[in-house]
Amino acid sequence: MGWVLVATFPGILMLTWHFGWGVITNVVTAAGLAVGLEALMVRLRGRAPLVALRDNSALLSGVLLGISLPPGSAWWLILVGTVAAIVVAKHLFGGLGQNPFNPAMVGYALLLISFPVAMTQWLSPQGLFGPEALSLGDVLVRWAGLAEASSLDSMSGATPLDAFKHKPEAVMASEFWASDPLPAGSLAAWRSVALAWLAGGALLLYKRLITWHIPIAMLGAMLVLTTLLYAIDPSHYGSPLFHLLGGAALFGAFFIATDPVSAATSRKGKLYYGAAIGILVMLIRSAGAYPDAVAFAVLLMNFAVPFIDYYTQPRTYGHAAPQRGIRLDPIDDDQERLP
Amino acid sequence: MSQFNTLARDGLWSNNPALVQMLGLCPLLAVTSSVVNALGLGLATLLVLVGSNVSVSLIRRHVANHLRLPAFVMIIAAFVTCADLLMQAYTFELHQILGIFIPLIVTNCAILGRADAFASKQPLLPSATDGLMMGLGFGGVLIVLGGLRELFGQGTLFANLDLLLGPVAERWQLTLFAKYDFLFLVLPPGAFFATGLLIALKNVIDARLEQRRRQQMTDKPRESRRVRVTGTIR
Repeated sequence: MGWVLVATFPGILMLTWHFGWGVITNVVTAAGLAVGLEALMVRLRGRAPLVALRDNSALLSGVLLGISLPPGSAWWLILVGTVAAIVVAKHLFGGLGQNPFNPAMVGYALLLISFPVAMTQWLSPQGLFGPEALSLGDVLVRWAGLAEASSLDSMSGATPLDAFKHKPEAVMASEFWASDPLPAGSLAAWRSVALAWLAGGALLLYKRLITWHIPIAMLGAMLVLTTLLYAIDPSHYGSPLFHLLGGAALFGAFFIATDPVSAATSRKGKLYYGAAIGILVMLIRSAGAYPDAVAFAVLLMNFAVPFIDYYTQPRTYGHAAPQRGIRLDPIDDDQERLP
Repeated sequence: MSQFNTLARDGLWSNNPALVQMLGLCPLLAVTSSVVNALGLGLATLLVLVGSNVSVSLIRRHVANHLRLPAFVMIIAAFVTCADLLMQAYTFELHQILGIFIPLIVTNCAILGRADAFASKQPLLPSATDGLMMGLGFGGVLIVLGGLRELFGQGTLFANLDLLLGPVAERWQLTLFAKYDFLFLVLPPGAFFATGLLIALKNVIDARLEQRRRQQMTDKPRESRRVRVTGTIR
């Protein structure tokens, strides 16, 4: 998992560049807590913590959770999320390799439904050293939970997906974008972050840590759906580029959906799994209550993974393909067996 | 008397409808967001369970075997209607909060399960006891779950109990954490989570008890080591 951590660096650096020190405090806190909780849980289960920590899986879960949270989250928020991820989603289900759900996304989804206000306060992209940027000290005050609520509101703004979601029905998309609904530089910041995740994903592919199936299927499904919707009604649906480069689509496609434990395993299965995640993301983004949906889509498809794996098991060389599901022509089949 | 002890232990602990049989999970998960909801639904279920067990036991010799399930469902539905109307009359606001889950007691498998598995084969008194104990066991789990979710979800305990118990209970609300909100536990997913933890806790306690029992058995003095050809000296 070490190289996966390396592959998250471009994305983390780009997030920090645009959204400030809060990204670093998030990632460091979540990673530290994840490692500590992993050691605690492994110990409670009567195994050697140092051996279990060597695979870096808990560290990676913590980093991924830290990246997903709004920059500059308070420590207690990160703690609750990490407990849900490592203790509940990972070790209560049997530890590494046994967890049916992606731990980082369980933590994220739990936080999103429990603390909707804290989880939707994304900082405006002020940059690291911009005139209105939060200094490291300010971020630490927020981290400690001591910042006043009013100062939080003035610093945070809607993400592009969130703003577009709450666009009034009567307003056309072109008018909406002309009215300058977002903090300055927001769209560009999100695009460059998405491209940094793409670069990290390219490294994962180059190092053969993931195969192309899940990301391509997921992004392909999103591309097809957005193109269709955009072609039908460009005034109310976002463009394909807006959806692919906005929000967590690329991050989710390369780093979340490809989790080797909770994803489908066969190549054909990975294609179905990825495509279904892409479809679910687009469904929730355009018809659901939440602006982005990678966490929910991945968790929902995690449920379906045993089913997908059962039906997409590849044929073993020298054996006939296994019979799965309902037989369409049982009578013919019986006749073949007659001597 | 020992039969009633067994019935009580089964209903309250070792064959608890919620924690062991895992029946009636729909109301268990849906309404246990606070103690008052849990208590209201627990009492209604208890009433229906005792009533249906008694009635089923009384008519058990007069119902044809192939017609028994429809007959039991009719009986249960009658008692649920009674409970529904009673709650509407005396605890109207709580009835509004619990809403569809009062009529849905009809579909609570714990009740039909006890009617078919126990009351249809047993005389009146054991059936009534079984209904009472199963109802208490189910209601107890409901209340514990409601208390846990209310405490860790909203930071209060016994809020709004006056809806059920009248003006006496108006001041019973304990606020343990002020300005505290953990929506996850108030929402249905938190109910799954809390139920799972309760079941785990019960299994841990059972395992400890079993271990202690074995310990006591092995603590007995060892058998004699004298060589004997027939039998052993204890």
